[in-house]
Amino acid sequence: MLKDITLGQYFPGDTPVHRLDPRTKLVLTLVYIVAIFLVGSWGGYALAAAALAAVTALAHIQPKALIKGLKPLIFIIVFTAVLNLFFTPGEDYLFRWKFIKITWTGLDRAAAMVLRVLLLVAGTFLLTYTTSPLAITDGLERLLSPLKKLHVPVYELSLMMCIALRFIPLLIEETDRIMSAQKARGADLETGTLAQRAKALLPLLIPLFVSSFRRADELATAMECRCYNGGQGRTRMKQLHLSVRDGIAFVLGAAFVAGVIVLRRLGI
Amino acid sequence: MDPIIRVENITYTYPDAPGPALDGVSLDILPGTFTAVLGPNGSGKSTLAKHLNAILTPASGRVLVDGMDTAGEADLLAIRRRVGMVFQNPDNQIVANVVEDDVAFAPENLGVEPGEIRRRVDAALTQVGMYELRLHAPHLLSGGQKQRVAIAGVLAMEPEVLVLDEPTAMLDPRGRREVLDAVEALRREQGVAVVLITHHMDEAVRADRVVVMDRGRVALDGTPEAVFSRRLELRALSLDLPDAAELLARLRDGGMDLPAGALTPEACAAAIKEALA
Repeated sequence: MLKDITLGQYFPGDTPVHRLDPRTKLVLTLVYIVAIFLVGSWGGYALAAAALAAVTALAHIQPKALIKGLKPLIFIIVFTAVLNLFFTPGEDYLFRWKFIKITWTGLDRAAAMVLRVLLLVAGTFLLTYTTSPLAITDGLERLLSPLKKLHVPVYELSLMMCIALRFIPLLIEETDRIMSAQKARGADLETGTLAQRAKALLPLLIPLFVSSFRRADELATAMECRCYNGGQGRTRMKQLHLSVRDGIAFVLGAAFVAGVIVLRRLGI
Repeated sequence: MDPIIRVENITYTYPDAPGPALDGVSLDILPGTFTAVLGPNGSGKSTLAKHLNAILTPASGRVLVDGMDTAGEADLLAIRRRVGMVFQNPDNQIVANVVEDDVAFAPENLGVEPGEIRRRVDAALTQVGMYELRLHAPHLLSGGQKQRVAIAGVLAMEPEVLVLDEPTAMLDPRGRREVLDAVEALRREQGVAVVLITHHMDEAVRADRVVVMDRGRVALDGTPEAVFSRRLELRALSLDLPDAAELLARLRDGGMDLPAGALTPEACAAAIKEALA
């Protein structure tokens, strides 16, 4: 189960989407998120879904990978759907039995909310799938670099983020290993009340914490050995250059937002 | 030839430790040489390694790298650039999520100009045979591959000495061979001096010089032939002989007339053949 988490996973590739400047992708993802909240019609959702599908295809990302990434969110999605389905006020009843009532408005809104969550999450996944975490942090660092003037340690923050992402798969592996070890000694992690299960997690968390601190210590030494001394005077192998490709992406992004707004106005 | 690293009578005690980890160690490392450091657990091998690039500084005595004292803060980066260090667990040394970005970490820290970083990264990855996998994510690589990436990450500083602290301890036999072959090729082709800290006698056989540590001191120091001829002293430190030398020693104990000094399987086979002829 733990192995299924693909959050923060990067699928290396050499497609037009992969080659976009990370700053472009970050800004466009932000634009996309805002646009999703602007969507006010089914036509708008169709447009957003089509845009998402087009980028997915262009980036050679398997739809399976996106769906797999969405799986852990199933609870939130079901919760959103149920909440909207049963608790939307309205008179146009589709189904009514005692205090349970489902309205057409409710169905409409539930479907729209679920779509919205799916599109939002899938869109941000596309960013992490096609952009290496280092490129994301690099892009963020540069987008935020004006803050350096306000003494915000932008480089240190981006490095922290990068390292955190790097260690996610390792920590997952380690958790699996500790879980097996504890199960082999008879630990019961799956049954019992919530309180019992939370308590059973302690023998899992403590070794995980201890080993994380050890890892952090070793990593810090290894970084010192490689002449790490903060962000001052650092250069980058990969220079970011905005190219024609990024211009095209921005134009397409603007067209997308315009499309969403037009569809909203028209109510399609 | 001037030594690239000169260790002069250093001592070091860890905070809260009952005794010193290093107790008067002196050692010269000459450019382009291959030194293996052996010793039981707790003998001070790793502590010594950490003194070679100023991760630790000695309580007394001094360590000079290319004439620079490691106790001086000013030369810290210059020292670490010259003496690259690779540790046991490759997972805890790799910073980035893409192989080539990780290799670029050190030259980026040093403020090397971008085009030159690209050249160094490509050269370092080629030297360890990982160039084809430069765009891979490290957690999808095998142990031997990860450790070679870690070595490339240090090589990108273009160091004069490579210190490896038990680099093969967590690897399977195949990974071990990959790493050792890469290290040996580096020394042969690039003239990088190598200091290899190891538990494996068979790895030490490849060195020009073997240093055996015991309780914070240098117990034995010489060519592999000289050190591995001291079987009883090694056994007292609970160290074994390399397999080939152990076989010959036992055959000699059993009454065969065999010469000492054969350390590799090839030399061992030749010696036995000659004795039987």
